[in-house]
Amino acid sequence: MSNQEIAQKKLVEIISLYQKPSLFTKIFFVFLLLVVLLAVYCVILQLIKGQVVTGMRDYVVWGIYDVNFIFFIGISYAGAMISGILHLLNVEWRKPIIRIAEMITVISVIIGPAYILLSMGRLDRIFNIFIHGRIQSPIVWDVIAIVTYLGCSIIFLYLALIRDYALIRDNTVLKIPRWQKYFYRKLAATYMELPEQKKLLGKALTIMSALIIPLAVIVHSVLAWIFGMTIRPGWHSTIFAPYFVVAAVYSGTAVLIIGMWVFRKYYHLQEYITEKHFKYVGTILLVLAALYAYFTFSEYLTVWYGSESWELEVIHKLFDFNSYAYLFFFAAVGGVLIPIILTGIPFLRTINTITIGSMVAVIGMWVKRYLIIIPTLETPLLPLQDLRPEYADYHATWVEWSITAGGFAVFFLFFIIFIKFMPIIPVADIAESHVKKDFISEKL
Amino acid sequence: MKSKKKKKEKESRRDFLKKSIQLTAGTVLGGGAIASCTNLEAGESGEKIKVLSPDGKLMEVDRGHALCCETPSSAEVRKGIPGRSFVMVIDLSKCRNARQCVFACNKMHFLPPGHDWIKVFLMQDSEDLSPYWMPKPCFQCGTPACVNVCPVGATFKREDGIVLIDNERCIGCKFCMAACPYSSRVFNWEEPEIKVEANYSPESGVPQRMGTVGKCDFCPDSFRTGTLPDCVTACPNGVILYGDKNEDVVTNGVESFRFSELVKNKAAYRFMEELGTRPNVFYLPPVDRMFPVEEGFENIPEDERKVYDVKRAHLKKFDI
Repeated sequence: MSNQEIAQKKLVEIISLYQKPSLFTKIFFVFLLLVVLLAVYCVILQLIKGQVVTGMRDYVVWGIYDVNFIFFIGISYAGAMISGILHLLNVEWRKPIIRIAEMITVISVIIGPAYILLSMGRLDRIFNIFIHGRIQSPIVWDVIAIVTYLGCSIIFLYLALIRDYALIRDNTVLKIPRWQKYFYRKLAATYMELPEQKKLLGKALTIMSALIIPLAVIVHSVLAWIFGMTIRPGWHSTIFAPYFVVAAVYSGTAVLIIGMWVFRKYYHLQEYITEKHFKYVGTILLVLAALYAYFTFSEYLTVWYGSESWELEVIHKLFDFNSYAYLFFFAAVGGVLIPIILTGIPFLRTINTITIGSMVAVIGMWVKRYLIIIPTLETPLLPLQDLRPEYADYHATWVEWSITAGGFAVFFLFFIIFIKFMPIIPVADIAESHVKKDFISEKL
Repeated sequence: MKSKKKKKEKESRRDFLKKSIQLTAGTVLGGGAIASCTNLEAGESGEKIKVLSPDGKLMEVDRGHALCCETPSSAEVRKGIPGRSFVMVIDLSKCRNARQCVFACNKMHFLPPGHDWIKVFLMQDSEDLSPYWMPKPCFQCGTPACVNVCPVGATFKREDGIVLIDNERCIGCKFCMAACPYSSRVFNWEEPEIKVEANYSPESGVPQRMGTVGKCDFCPDSFRTGTLPDCVTACPNGVILYGDKNEDVVTNGVESFRFSELVKNKAAYRFMEELGTRPNVFYLPPVDRMFPVEEGFENIPEDERKVYDVKRAHLKKFDI
């Protein structure tokens, strides 16, 4: 059998694993659509009535929209860092999981900025950023960075897909609708697996993965600087940019593990995504958890030790059990300790425990972002007097929660739709490593 | 060169004297504007337009009459009033939280209660020090954090020192509100409760718009029509003094002072100088206070007083 034939066989094998959506997938799909519909209703409500429907008020001007924004941009690191770094290091075992990672990146970089739009009071004037944009504003840095990042992530995902599209185009066994075939033909872009093409494509992928790592770092740094550049307690910190970057890689890796678990189970990919993958990515998670814990410790210790009164007020809120202490200890302690235990102790390390650890990490990271934004805004320099009592603290409303749920629903919906058109396992790459393996074993 | 400079100084001093005479007489800064306005009868067009009078009333006047006082062009608004450098001096020894500045400002700008642009705080810097009332407008900072972070230049710093908001450009990102350490800005979370039809100018700030930011604007529109900001004139104790640093004069409408001497003699300070925002609002320290601090509570409804619990609200701030 030639390489191409092996690849075609693999393609049919993999695609037929999940080609027919199960009943569960269909029900889940309808459920997600309903959640999205509710969110759309809430968005319209907010556009008509104004942000009065949210829990944001004059002191707490940013709420869970911004938490979601940071969260989604954070999990986009799955593709950028994990896939990019593993590609550069040419790690062989990365192949079955990089497509999932890159999809997470593209989808979350689409959803994240939607939240920042919702947190704007005048969505109708969004183009003022391009007409009147001022480069000294960190928001403009953010717009530039995120747009570039999104573009590069899509290119990165697409470049890795070209070989697979060429396979689907040349396939004669799979039943693919004619209109889809047309698109695959266009998307495959005359790729014929010629040595010259293969070399060029490999080069392009290497360049993109080298490019996407600094881009991802820049995106989360400027995002951190939205907070870090202000003179407010809990935000005005020099380590905020690297702190955010580490947090983002951490949550991105955790989401990747959850994604691997879901696809492995519901799309029957046990043969490709194995315990080995969970252990390897779990080890990366372990290192990142330790790094994140170190940053957290360093940040709060210096602020607490220095004891500036305004800064200390925020710290006291975080450590006060009538205020945020439960959330804080869950996010900052549990959110790193539990994953460290579950991924670090060998006899606890199974596919399921590593996934549970990742879920704790992901939820913890969402809560941590909440604790970065809200307590600081609830702590103005001047006393909370002369205001409407309900303006003093923040409680997210059902509108905000619905829109948050909508974002997560869109995240899953996109996945269900994406894998209809993109093989979830990079078939060509996998087939190639199989051939290589056979070749080596024959020689031995 | 030197003599020229001296001459200039002399002139401005003479100008100051002239002005202060005008001021004490009750007509205020730039008093000529109104007079010249009425002289323009020849330009009557017969077309009526609605304008906002300085005391917050809607008036219908002939377009020709209004021309000279009509809102300045947007380039002028962004540049500021030439040669001016507006300042405020707030005499904390005289404030008893009468709240007239708050009411007058709200009335002038059609703001509902609780949406105040000027606020009065009960301050106590530490346990051993006594509490005092502190009116706080926007500080019109020399290095405004809000202006730095605005992504679209909707809030801007003018040559005359004033920081304004153009609510026709504001995208409502609220970054300025997060960046302002003094919480001077308020957001229009819904359609403004008080409807008003007026020609909008960033200088007047009326009408406010849903989804945009508003704040104290130091009333350059009042200055252009020759009146003082309403918070200044409404104060029964003359706490707030408004004026021009270049002319070296501040006034509360009854008394006028030489700005440089006042801040020197009374040991004026700016709130939290260490933040580096260089405010244009100066405070005279609360020494020899005219009123006991308790009197200030009279103007606050019973159920709202608990936020003024000094131990809870304030000591926690500065003295942990």
